[in-house]
Amino acid sequence: MPDTHFYRPTHFYQYDDYDRTLVSERVEQFRDQVRRRIAGELTEEQFKPLRLTNGLYLQLHAYMLRIAIPYGTLSSRQLRKLADISRKYDRGYGHFTTRQNLQLNWIKLEDAPDALAALAEVDMHAMQTSGNCIRNVTADHYAGAAIDEIEDPRIWCEIVRQWSTLHPEFSFLPRKFKIAITGSPNDRAAVRVHDIGLRLWANEAGDVGFEVIVGGGLGRTPMIGKTLREFLPRDELLAYLEATLRVYNRYGRRDNLYKARIKILVHEIGAEKMREEVEAEYAAIKDGALKLPAETIEAIARQFAPPPLPHRPAVVAEVEGLKLDDREFALWLKSNVAPHRMAGYRIVTASLKPAGAPPGDASAVQMEGVADIADAYSQGEIRVSHEQNLILPHVAVEDLPAVWRALGRLGFAEANVGKITDIIACPGLDYCALANARSIPVAQRISNHFAELARQHDIGDLKIKISGCINACGHHHVGHIGILGVDKNGVELYQLSLGGDVDFGKTAIGAILGPAVTADKVVEAVDAMVATYLDNRGDGERFVDTYRRIGAQPFKERVYAAV
Amino acid sequence: MPLFSETGSATILEPLPFAEWQQRPAWPAVSLANTDPVEDLAPHVGRLRLIVLSFPKFSDGRAYSQARLLRGRLGYAGELRATGGVLQDQLPFMLRCGFDSFESDQKGFGEALAKARTLFSVVYQPAEDDRAPASLLRLSRHKVLSPRA
Repeated sequence: MPDTHFYRPTHFYQYDDYDRTLVSERVEQFRDQVRRRIAGELTEEQFKPLRLTNGLYLQLHAYMLRIAIPYGTLSSRQLRKLADISRKYDRGYGHFTTRQNLQLNWIKLEDAPDALAALAEVDMHAMQTSGNCIRNVTADHYAGAAIDEIEDPRIWCEIVRQWSTLHPEFSFLPRKFKIAITGSPNDRAAVRVHDIGLRLWANEAGDVGFEVIVGGGLGRTPMIGKTLREFLPRDELLAYLEATLRVYNRYGRRDNLYKARIKILVHEIGAEKMREEVEAEYAAIKDGALKLPAETIEAIARQFAPPPLPHRPAVVAEVEGLKLDDREFALWLKSNVAPHRMAGYRIVTASLKPAGAPPGDASAVQMEGVADIADAYSQGEIRVSHEQNLILPHVAVEDLPAVWRALGRLGFAEANVGKITDIIACPGLDYCALANARSIPVAQRISNHFAELARQHDIGDLKIKISGCINACGHHHVGHIGILGVDKNGVELYQLSLGGDVDFGKTAIGAILGPAVTADKVVEAVDAMVATYLDNRGDGERFVDTYRRIGAQPFKERVYAAV
Repeated sequence: MPLFSETGSATILEPLPFAEWQQRPAWPAVSLANTDPVEDLAPHVGRLRLIVLSFPKFSDGRAYSQARLLRGRLGYAGELRATGGVLQDQLPFMLRCGFDSFESDQKGFGEALAKARTLFSVVYQPAEDDRAPASLLRLSRHKVLSPRA
């Protein structure tokens, strides 16, 4: 680790003195709350919502701190600080989550205010990463670099981040509230399975606005969101959000924890009635103080202006040569490297899923390593994807071999992005107080079984998502193969589902295949599903396409013959 | 239950529950459940001197929306009191939504109320306390600094 890092301008939102003041005042408020809790002035019941809205959970073994990474964007400096914090206040590693956050699993209550103060030094916080409030806003992890992007969604995420932070009216909602924004027609932010999903698109007149999708979600009752508004002018976004949240805050159910999300309200009163209520509220406030002045939007948009990328060659002999000489590099190019809006550049995904490792985990050394690579080859910028990988958004084609080797040294160059071992898994019973079953060991077993890269690439795109309980943090409902841990009389069993998806326009909830299986049979079951696919696939058909064409029966027969 | 007010001048009027008050709408003090429709008070807000809103539990936040509607939309200017699960850590939110008196038996509540408006010197969104959100302050600062403004 070099001890000095040269100054590098960043190309995303930078805090000013207003932001810094608010975050540091929040740290001091929490410091006082922790002091009162330790002194016994606050009961645990009273303290709970206070610590939760500062990102602090009480887990099985210790407190867990969930740090917000707004729209999944980090500078190298911030990532180094996260490494530092994980070393100083935790056990030297962290877990990147499906909501683009970072979780530290071994925090001490008395250290939490200092850890938050350390975060504030690099303009970060853990506000509203938990609790019944508006959570950290997520975005397409390719934002600002994607070839298919209409507009950088992070501009709008930042506007929503500010509006929602310490919102006085919406800090005690019926339940948590998650917002995701995409600026591309190819949704990479799963906007149809969020409380509110926003999709930027250009209408026939060439105006850009939002499709507003409300009431999607996973969890106990998976639902695909309903479009309340086809086209919302951008400067009216906050008024529309405030109207939607107000309707939810007033009328959302509070009698049953499991029926308290906005999706249940939308389901019970119907999308039509929900639209009427929201539009009426919106009509009353749309010309008020929430209307966004053009200067405000421009000032934030300027901060997301793309980095000035120098011209770099689009075709590089060394890369072409290495592709022929090294099969692993060739596979890596296919799976972990995506097109960039500029010729001569690519978006690189660092796989946090090396064979047999817990999905999404990174040690402090690995975090610092990725920060160094980002400084050298990606404009000092890193993204966290909801698929629990890290992204280097601006890598020159010429630098791909060097980046591949450097990631390889960190163990993050596995050529498996989008493949069967690029598994999403929640922390599960190894850490989580809610879980019914372990997730990570199941992921590790599948990962080891399918480790061989050529085979993974032959199997092709296949998303496995694992949740340790019905709360669905591992998004099992939208996995091509979903695996849900359940507890039956003290035995951990795994329910299998097929056919889930989050690709835009094709968002689908998976269907349960049949009886749950024991942990030691999960690999055999997945193996049988894969074999069914390989025997039946047509030309260019992905696993999920074959499933859609031939239906569940052939999969079911083979799986239950195998287990 | 001890009563706190920023101005120290909370009214001693006895509020009527909403259903009773509807029979006697000339009475200037009413107490609402957090499911009662605040919109129904619209014709009367000019006359009312006390509206009490209820937090059955501190985690039930419906009355925050009722408060904002009363202040912002209906233009209610009298005393707006929070009762029920009212804890000092909610004060920054309650004050911003327009509450100005509080029933709470929490120890230290009065001291906390005296400091509550100074806990955060920056706010990010418009509410009912006339504080300018950071986005607006940035705009005016920009205009001051910009030579052509």
